Amino acid sequence: MTAVPTIAPRPLDARLIWVVAVVLSLALWLWGRTLLPMTFDYPKAWQIPAARWIGAAITWLVKDASLGSLAFSDITRAFAALVDKPYQLALGLLANGVQQQAGGVMVQYVPPISWIAIIGIMALLGLWAGGARLALLMAACFSFIAVFGQWHSAMVTLASILVAVPLGVAGGMFFGILAWRYPRFERALRPVLDLMQTMPVFAYLVPVLILFGFGPTAAVIATLIYATPPMTRITTLALSRVPDEAHDLARMTGCTPRQTLWRVLIPSAREPLMVGVNQVIMLSLNMVIIASMIGAGGLGFDVLGALRRLDFGAGLEAGLAIVALAIALDRLSQAVAHRGTAMARQGSLIQRHPYIASALALIAVTAIIGLLIPAVQTYPLSARLSTSPFWAAAVQWINITFFDTLEAVKTFFLVWLLVPVKRFLLDLPWLAVVALLGIAGWRLGGWRLALLTSGLSFLIAATGQWEKAMITVYLCGISTLIAMAIGLPIGILVATRDRLWTVTRVVIDTAQTLPSFVYLMPIVMLFRVGDFTAMIAVVAYAIAPAIRYTVLGLQSVDPRLIEAGRAMGCTRWQILTRIRLRLALPEILLGLNQTIMFALSMLVITALVGTRDLGQDVYIALTKANPGNGLVAGLAIAFIAIIADRLLSASARRARARLGLEGHS
Amino acid sequence: MSRRGAVGSQSNPSPMTTGTDTLICRNVWKVFGARAAEHLKAVDQDADRLAALGLVPAVRAVDLTVRRGEIFVIMGLSGSGKSTLVRCLSRLIEPTAGEILFNGQNLLTASDTEMTQIRRHKMGMVFQHFALLPHMTVLDNVAFPLEVQGMARPARESRAAEMISLVGLSGREAAFPRQLSGGQQQRVGIARSLAAEPELWFLDEPFSALDPLIRRELQGEFMRLQSRLHKTIVFITHDFDEAIRLADRIAIMKDGAVVQCGTPEDLVLNPATDYVREFTRAVPRAKVVRLASLVMPGPVPGGMPTLSARATVADAGPSFLSGAAQVGVVEDGQPIGTVQREDVIRLLLGGDA
Repeated sequence: MTAVPTIAPRPLDARLIWVVAVVLSLALWLWGRTLLPMTFDYPKAWQIPAARWIGAAITWLVKDASLGSLAFSDITRAFAALVDKPYQLALGLLANGVQQQAGGVMVQYVPPISWIAIIGIMALLGLWAGGARLALLMAACFSFIAVFGQWHSAMVTLASILVAVPLGVAGGMFFGILAWRYPRFERALRPVLDLMQTMPVFAYLVPVLILFGFGPTAAVIATLIYATPPMTRITTLALSRVPDEAHDLARMTGCTPRQTLWRVLIPSAREPLMVGVNQVIMLSLNMVIIASMIGAGGLGFDVLGALRRLDFGAGLEAGLAIVALAIALDRLSQAVAHRGTAMARQGSLIQRHPYIASALALIAVTAIIGLLIPAVQTYPLSARLSTSPFWAAAVQWINITFFDTLEAVKTFFLVWLLVPVKRFLLDLPWLAVVALLGIAGWRLGGWRLALLTSGLSFLIAATGQWEKAMITVYLCGISTLIAMAIGLPIGILVATRDRLWTVTRVVIDTAQTLPSFVYLMPIVMLFRVGDFTAMIAVVAYAIAPAIRYTVLGLQSVDPRLIEAGRAMGCTRWQILTRIRLRLALPEILLGLNQTIMFALSMLVITALVGTRDLGQDVYIALTKANPGNGLVAGLAIAFIAIIADRLLSASARRARARLGLEGHS
Repeated sequence: MSRRGAVGSQSNPSPMTTGTDTLICRNVWKVFGARAAEHLKAVDQDADRLAALGLVPAVRAVDLTVRRGEIFVIMGLSGSGKSTLVRCLSRLIEPTAGEILFNGQNLLTASDTEMTQIRRHKMGMVFQHFALLPHMTVLDNVAFPLEVQGMARPARESRAAEMISLVGLSGREAAFPRQLSGGQQQRVGIARSLAAEPELWFLDEPFSALDPLIRRELQGEFMRLQSRLHKTIVFITHDFDEAIRLADRIAIMKDGAVVQCGTPEDLVLNPATDYVREFTRAVPRAKVVRLASLVMPGPVPGGMPTLSARATVADAGPSFLSGAAQVGVVEDGQPIGTVQREDVIRLLLGGDA
C-alpha cells in the first residue's frame, strides 16, 4: 500500500474533535456563568468602539478632508450635481414637464410627454426588440399603471431608473474590465463586492445621505452602490469566458488593445453582459422603496406611506405598479439581449429610422391634441380604478371574524417556538459559539475558512453587538427552517409536473419582484407588530429560493440514473429518497444558502415592525442620522451573511465532490 | 533531434532563407510553466529533465522549412503540440527558445508594433471554430481585418465583397454568422483570412468541426483557391487522410516534436518510425505514389498518351483501361519516360512500390 497524504483528518478524529468541542461548550454553558462570566458577556472594557471611529471618520470626511484646495464634500456634492442634471431632464420629460416656482405655487409651462405617447413609445420599443407580443405586454403593463392611478409616481421612479441603470452599467463594466485585466485588482475587489452585496442597504443610506445630501440624487447613488456589484462580476466573468480563438483573431488581424477590447471581446460577450444589464435594472427596482427613505419619491414613497398608514390596498396597488414596471423592463431588456443587430435600412432619414420617427410623431401629435383635450395629456381621474377599499374591507373582515384564531396561532408559536429558541441562543456563551463556528469552518474548508468564520463572529462580539446578533440569528434561523420545511415539499411536488412548475414559477417570480414592504402590510394588520409578524413576513419572502433551488436540483439529476433505479425495481419513494434527493443535495444546499440571504435582507426591513435585532439598530441609526452605529450594525449583518454563505458553499462543494459531480481537488 | 544553439543573427540571414524558403523554424521550443526559459537553459534543452521539473514542453526542438507557394501540413493527434506550434509561428504564443525566420526576418526579435504590422499585412489565419464575430454581418466580418487597419469603408467593403464571391457566398453579405451553416461559416472565415492579401496563410484545423461531406467539399474548394492564389500555407490537421489529400509536404508531430517531415509519398513509402507507419498503414499506396517514382527513363514514342509526373498511380489507372501496355510521363512539359502497365496494376491491387 502506498501512503496517500490525507489533508482532512480521518473521520474518527473529526468526530472526536466535535465531541470534545461540544462537551466543553456544554460545560461552559452549565457552569461557566459564575466561573468565566466574560465568556457570556463580552467585557465592556475590551470593546472596539468601531461605531465611534466610523462616525468620526465620516465627520472628518465631510468637514475637514480635502484634496489640495478642494474639500472632499465639494467633490461629493459635485458628483451629486453630475447625477442630478440628467435626472432632472428625465424627470421633466416623463413626469413634471418644465415648471417653475411662481409665488409659492408651481406653474407648469411645458407639460411632460403625455401618457398615451409613453405607452405608445413603450409598445414601439417592444415591437423593435421582440415583436408584436412584447409590444402588447409593454402596452398592457403601462396601461395598468395608468388605470390604477399610479402614473405620476411610476414616471418619477422610471426617471430615477433611467439615470441609475446606465450609470450602474457603465460603472460595473469599468470595474469589471479593470478586474479582468488586472488579476491583482480583482483579488482586492472581490471582498469589497461581497460586502456591498451582503450589507443591508439601510446601513449605507446614512453615510450617503451625509455625503450627498437628501434628495433623489442621494437615492440614485445608494441604488448604484446596491446595483453595480453584479454587473462588475458578470463583466469579469463574461470577458474571461470569451473563447481563445477570439483573442487569437484579434491578434492575427493586428488589433490594438483598444480595438481588441471594444471591437472583438465585448461584442463577443454581449449576451452575458445583457444579463448583467437586466440584473442592474431589477436590483434598481428593488431599491426604489428603500431609496425613497432618503428622498427618491415615486412609487417607493407611496408604498412606504401606505405602510405607515397601514393602508394595505394603496400599498398593494403601488407595489403592483412596481411589479408591472419590473416585468416590462425585464422582458424588454431580455428581448434586446437576444435580438441580433438589424441590417441597416436604405432610404431617407425617416425611412432609415422608422421607430424613432414614429415615436417623435406620437409625442408631437399627442402634445398638440393634449392642449385641447386634457385627457390625452394626463390620464383622467374619473377613469381611474382602485381596489384599495376592497382590500381594506377584506383585511378588516378577516380581523373581525378570525381574531381569536389568529391570536391563538400567534401565541402558540410564540410560547412554544420563538421564545424558547430565543432564550436558548441568548444564553449561549459567545466564546463557545465562536469556537464552534471556527471548528465547523476548519472541517469544511480548512484553516482559512476557520479563521474567517471565527474572526468575523469574534468581531461581532467585540463591537458589543452579540445580543442583537443572536436575535437576528434566531429570527433568521427559525424563518429559514420554516421556509425550507414548506419550500422543500412544494419543490419536490412540482419538480416532476411541468405545468404545475410553470404556474409556480410565475407565482414566485412575481413574489420576488413584489417589494418586500408589501408583504409586511397585511401581516402587520393581522398580527400587529412583533417577532411573530416578522417571522411570517420573512418566511413569505424567503420561500421563493427554497422552492426554486429544490426544483433546479431535482430536475438536473441525470435521467439515466432514475431509469437505472426504476430498472432495479425502486419504488417512487425509494427513487426520491435514495437517488433524486441525494443527488440534488448540493443545489438544495445552495437553495438553503439563498434562503438565508433572503431572510437576512428581509429581516432588516421587518425592523420597521418592531423586532429588537441588528436590523432595528440599523433602522434607528437611519432615523437618527447616525452613520457609525448604522454601519457597524450593517456590517454585523453582513458578517452573519458571509459566515453562513461560506459555510454552506463549502459544504455544497464537498457534497458535489463526494458525488463526483465535479473534480475533487 | 537537433540541439543547435538558439542564438541566431537577424541581420545576416542564412543563404537558405533566400529564394524559395518563406518560413524557417530553428530549434523552436515552447515550455509551459514558471520560469520556463531559465529551466530550459539549465537542463540543456532536455525534454525529459524538463518534465521531471514539472514543466510541460509542448513544442520541442522543432526545425521546419516552409517553401514559397507550398501547402505545408502539420499533422498530429490532439495534444501533440501542433496548435501550439502554429501559434508560435505567428507569435500568438511566445516561444520559449529558438528562431523563426519569415522572409529572413527573425520574428522572435521583432517588436510588438512590427509584429502587428506583419500580422496585419503578411499573415492570415483560419480558426477551427471559425471565430466569427456574432454581432457583425458576413460583409463586416470579412472587412474586419481591413477596418482594423483603418481602411476607408467603400474600399474595404468592395474588397470584402470580392473575397465573399471568391469563396462562393455572394448574396449572403447581409446575413449574420448564426444564420449560416457550419460550412458557410468557415467559408466566411476563409474569406476574412484572405481579405488583407496575406503572403502566409495559417489554417488551424479549419475543417475539423464540419461534417464529413461538407469537409470534403471545402477541401476541394480549398485546393481550387490555392491553385489560383498560390499562397504559402501552413495547414494544421489531426486527420491523416486530409493531410495526404492536401499536402505538398507533411510534418508529423508527436509529443511536441516533429517525428518525420516529407512528401506524402515519402511518408507512405519510407515511414521513419513505427508511429508514422501506424498512420500510413491504411493508406492505399496507389493514392499516394506518383508516377515520377515508377517511371522508366527513356524516350516517349509519338502518339502515346501522356500523364503528368505529379499524377498519382490511382489517377493513372483509367489510362490503361483500353489495354495500353505503357503510358508516357511528362514533367514540366518534357517527356521523361514511360510507366508500365504491370507496375501500375500491382500498386492498384495493393502491392508495394
